[in-house]
Formats: sequence, structure tokens, C-alpha cells
Amino acid sequence: MLLLGTLSLHAQSFVDQAQVSGSFQTDAQYYRLDQGIGITDLNGKKLGINGFGKINYTYGDFSAGMRFEAFLPELNGFRRELNGVGLANFFATYDNGFVGVTVGDIYDQFGSGLVFRTYEEWSLGMDNALRGVRTVIRPAQGLTFKGVYGRQRYFWAPYLEREFEIDDYRGIVRGIDGEWDLNQSIPAMHNAEFKMSLGGSFVSKKQYDMSLFYYIPENVGAAAGRVNLAYGRFAFTTEYAYKINDPSAINNYIYKEGQALMSSLSYSQKGLGVVLQVKRTDNMSFKSMYTGLQNDLDINFIPPINYTHTHSLPSMYTYSTQPNGEMAAQFQVNYTIPKGTALGGKYGTKLAFNMSQVNDIVRDSVLDHGQMVINKKGTLGYTSNFFSVSDHRFFRDINFEIDKKIDKDWHVTAQYINLYYDIETIEGHAGAPAVEANIGFLDVTYKINKRQSLRFELQGLWEKEVKKGYAYDESEKKDYQKRGDWAFGLLEYTITPHWSFSIADKWNYGNPVPEFRDHYFTGTVSYIHDATRIMLSGGRQSEGVVCVGGVCRTVPASSGVTLTVSTSF
Amino acid sequence: MKRLIVLMAAVLFAFGLQAQQKSDLPGVTIKNLQGKDVNIAKLTNDGKPFVVTFWATWCGPCIKEHNALNEVYPDWQAETGVKIYAVSIDDSRTTAKVKPFVEGKGWDFDILLDVNGDLKRAMNVNNPPHTFLFDGNGKIVYQHTGYFEGGEEDLYEEILKIKK
Repeated sequence: MLLLGTLSLHAQSFVDQAQVSGSFQTDAQYYRLDQGIGITDLNGKKLGINGFGKINYTYGDFSAGMRFEAFLPELNGFRRELNGVGLANFFATYDNGFVGVTVGDIYDQFGSGLVFRTYEEWSLGMDNALRGVRTVIRPAQGLTFKGVYGRQRYFWAPYLEREFEIDDYRGIVRGIDGEWDLNQSIPAMHNAEFKMSLGGSFVSKKQYDMSLFYYIPENVGAAAGRVNLAYGRFAFTTEYAYKINDPSAINNYIYKEGQALMSSLSYSQKGLGVVLQVKRTDNMSFKSMYTGLQNDLDINFIPPINYTHTHSLPSMYTYSTQPNGEMAAQFQVNYTIPKGTALGGKYGTKLAFNMSQVNDIVRDSVLDHGQMVINKKGTLGYTSNFFSVSDHRFFRDINFEIDKKIDKDWHVTAQYINLYYDIETIEGHAGAPAVEANIGFLDVTYKINKRQSLRFELQGLWEKEVKKGYAYDESEKKDYQKRGDWAFGLLEYTITPHWSFSIADKWNYGNPVPEFRDHYFTGTVSYIHDATRIMLSGGRQSEGVVCVGGVCRTVPASSGVTLTVSTSF
Repeated sequence: MKRLIVLMAAVLFAFGLQAQQKSDLPGVTIKNLQGKDVNIAKLTNDGKPFVVTFWATWCGPCIKEHNALNEVYPDWQAETGVKIYAVSIDDSRTTAKVKPFVEGKGWDFDILLDVNGDLKRAMNVNNPPHTFLFDGNGKIVYQHTGYFEGGEEDLYEEILKIKK
């Protein structure tokens, strides 16, 4: 009886003292036929809905949560395998600062993610959570050890024992990571200007060899080490990763080891920030199912290091990481001309310059049965000189931005971009000429009064090579979709804090194929109240690529109405 | 499964004893720009209100909001003592750029790095920008998603309401 009493007392506090929070989002699209942009068949899909609801429960050091997802069916441009409804994610965590244990679906990252990163990105339909156990131990100040063990989410595939599965080759992922922050750990270094932290990880997958043609290694290990240094205004970070041979559908079943190196050097002071990043990856796709394609069951994350554009035309050609190898560099400067100077004016002027370029790595042939071959299935693949850069350029972006508040009512942002985009490699349009374009935009906000404001955007994209009348073959016509020159205009009226009304038109006026010179007109109304956002838009959406965090999905052209409702509590 | 639930329930009751001060700050540890661990559950501003805003270097409205906030921040601080924590949800692709970016823009906020979205998930942020206002006890008194021109004024009104 006493025991029961205590229990109910605890149960009481367990309810009273706890916090429950959560969020919901629903994106629904109603599709209609639109001969004008080539949509002559909806394939029986008039409506698509992506929705999720999640609830988090926290009580002191304990927390638990779950996420329910529904794709009924999935929106156009999302993977077909998402179609379904169910409890996609649940977890329970106890973490008292010294030790933390999580059971269920785990999101975590070791270092910059070169050997392990599980995450979820709703707008991409991407979720590679690890279902299993994670333990974190922090034995001393500045020292953290982590261990993870489990299997990754693969759309709605059940997590069953191997024996019961038919076409599921998913392996088990195991990983450990340690990080030592010298400044937090060593008292004499607490307030030192010199900062240093070290980290190392080891991750392996245990997979099943189901191949009839190749010998697939059943254990594949990958290791990484990282160093972060800072001195005063300078900071340097670097991480190197190595993976043993891991033949897969992505690398064409070659038995070559993988490597990745990523470094950055930066300088920052008030009003000025400079950063240089370099990266080299070679055969670093790492999946818990060797037959996986696209972003299926990625264990690691290879971050692209180019600039992320946010305006419509500049973001039309967004780079996505090439998993089989690339060499990339990026240089960025952010500078604010101080207030009160001739050029700075009353509010200061913000300038930004960015340059990034990505090239292929150089691959040399290897000997196989008396023949020299490159990237042939079942061979060692190729050799690659670590420091050689191939002439094959995937991407280049040089841009300059000025952001200026002119007076208390007017604010202007303008950007010029010079872009090179190898559409053949990045989007797989075989034979299509690379996109070489100049892009510019002007984004002007005018504050009518304290509550109301007007904003307009003017954007242009001018391609160098693909001009009007470009000779194309009828069979490769589809490769010219979205090519050529574009213009974009937007007008938005907002009433703070609730309402926004906007109309926009994106016009492919310079497409080499006359019938592709379409207008993509959209109108949008959105209403925000605290943490709730409701957005209704109608019109045409052009074919394109949506990228978040360097991971992209292609969105087909569509026409219709979209409703988004999102809320947090 | 049943046994697991019973076990979990038992564990929960055991921890139920350690009743804590009720706050809306999750026990998530992320890093600040200096690389130091920050336990979010322990965020305070000496009993004064504080703001936690989620942003990213690739989020246009977030940058607008932060530029606007940065302009009024000295006045707000002088009048209310409020503190702003700006949580960057940039992943490893852009983490190294956050510090030069923030300094280059001249922002004065306390910047935190939520590299793998742990805090974003724990605080149920669907899309940035998303701004929370906490009172001196760590209770959420106001939250807002999105940014419209002049939206910082509404936040300030909310701050004034809880200013003691």
C-alpha cells in the first residue's frame, strides 16, 4: 500500500512536472493538367500529402518522443517508397550530464560527419535515423565518448531479423567516437588564447553478401581523425577519413579504399570574416546497404562547400556532392563598412564575396588480368594522385553581394553571380552542354509604415552557350527544359506580424526550344500567428532541384495548389 | 515490447523522485563559437528574459531578422537587460563559415552551433527563422516563426510585458 502510494505520488509528479511539446506540419498539393508546361497526364495522382506530427516529453533528465508520418501519397518529387503511414520515429533518452543513453531512433554525428551522420530533413523526405542504442559518457570536463549501434531507417521497411527478410540487405552500423577539448579539460588552458580539440571515430557496417557476381566484404570499417585549432582571431579545422574497400552500386563495384580530407582556415574580427575551405573526397560513399542508390541508407555525410543561394534563379542550379570523388575549394569574405563612414552611411554597408569551385579527381588505370582498366567492375578500380586536380570541372560560382539599409524605410540587397554548372554530371542529362550563366538580382524592401511593407525582387539569368536557335535534336529536346535565359519578378506585401501576399512570375523567355518558353506564375498568401504558419499558393512550379544541406531532390514541373500548415507547441 | 514498457515505466518512476525546477529548456548540449559545450538546460540571464532564435547562413529571412535585431539590440539591452542567443542550424557544410559570417555581419548575439539539429528537434523547430522568448525562469512566454519586416517590434512588446 505504501509502495503504491509512493508510486502514485511519483506518477503524479511525472505528469505535473513534465513538459510536453511538439510540432505538426502538413504539405498538401492538388495537381491539375497544364498543357502549357507539358503536363498532359497526372498518372492518376490528383492530390499529394506529406504530413508529420511529433511529440516530445521531457521530465528532468529524461526525455522521450515520437514522430508520426503520413505520405498519402507522397508529393511529386519525393521518393515513391515514402508512400505510407505510420510511427516513423520514437526514442527515449536519459542523460544526466555524466552518462546518457538513448534507445530508439538516433540522430547523431561524429565530427563533420565524414564517417557517421544520421539526420532528418523533412523538406527532402530524407531520414537515415539509426534504430538502436546510443551511449554517451563524459568522464571529465572536456572529454566525450560516444557509441552507437543499430540499423538505419529505410523508408518503411520493417526492422526484422535477417532470416525473415527477402530483399532487404541492410546491415548493422556500429560506431565509436571520442573528443577531447584541451581548453575545457586542462585548467591552465581554460582561458588561453590558443584553443585545441582532438577527435577520432571508428565506424563499421556488418552487411550480408547477397551478390552472385562479386565477393562483398561483410565487414567494412571506416575511421576518421580531426583537429580543431584556434589562436586569437584565426581558426583552423581539419578532418581526415579513410574507408577500406567497399564495392557498391554507387562506385560500380570496385575494390578500392576511400579517402576524404576537409580543412578550413578562417579569420574573424568585428566587421570582417574571411574563410578558406578545401576538400578532397575519393570513393567515400558509405551505405549500410551496398545496393543502395541516391541517398539511400547513407552512413556518412560528405558536405559540399559551395555557397548556398536563397533566391529563386540563383538557386536553380545548386551543386550536390559527387559521392565518387571531387576536389573543391571555397573562399568567402564578409565585410561591413562601418557606420558613420562615407560608404557605410548611417547603418553600415554589408559586402560579401564568395568563390567556390569543384573539379573531379584524377583517376589512373590499374592492371587487371593483363589489361589496364579504369573503374571496371570487380577490379581495384583506379589509383588517384592525392594532389592532382582533373580538368573536368563540375561547378564554379563566383558571386558578390551588397546589402544596404539606405534609410529607415528602404533596404536593398543586390547580388551578381557567375556560374558554371556541369549539368551532365550533376543532374545526369547525358550530352547536355554545361550551364555557363551570369545571374543577378535586386531585392528591395520599402517600409510603408510600422506595420506594412512592400518588397520586390527582380532577377535575371543569362546563359552563355545555349542561345535562341541552338541546334538540337528532337530526341534530346527534353534536355533543354529549363535551359536558356530566365527572368523573374516578385512583389510581396506584408502586414506585420500576420499577413503576407505575393505574386511572382518566372519566365524562361530565352529557351532554345520555343515551346519551352513558359511563364511560371504563382500567387501566395501566408498567415503567421506565433508559431503557426499557414501558406496557400497556386500556380506553376518549374522543374528544378530542391537542396537542403547539400542533399538535393529533383522536383518535376507541376501546376496546381499547395497548402502548408505548420505549428509548434 | 510489454516488458520493455514496464521496465521503462519503472525507470521513469525512479527518476520521478528528482523533481526539478520547471523550465522549458531541454537538456541538450551544443557548442558555442569558442567550441565550448553549452548545456541548454542551464541557459540563464540572471533572472532577466532572454531570446533564443534559430537561423542558418543559408536562410534569407533569418539574416534579415538578425540584421534588424542587431540594430536595436544595444537599446533593448540598455532598457530591459535582455540577452539574445542565436542558434545556427548550419550543418558541417557551413559550420566553419558561421564565425566569419557572424563577425563579418557585425552581429553581437551569443552564437550557438546546433550542428546536427539536436536542439532544433528538441524545441520542435520546423523551419527557421523561429524565435523563442524565455522569461527569467526559463519558461517560454512567446514564440514566433518566420520574419516579416518590423517583426522585431512585436518581440520587443512581449519582452516589455515580462520585464520586471
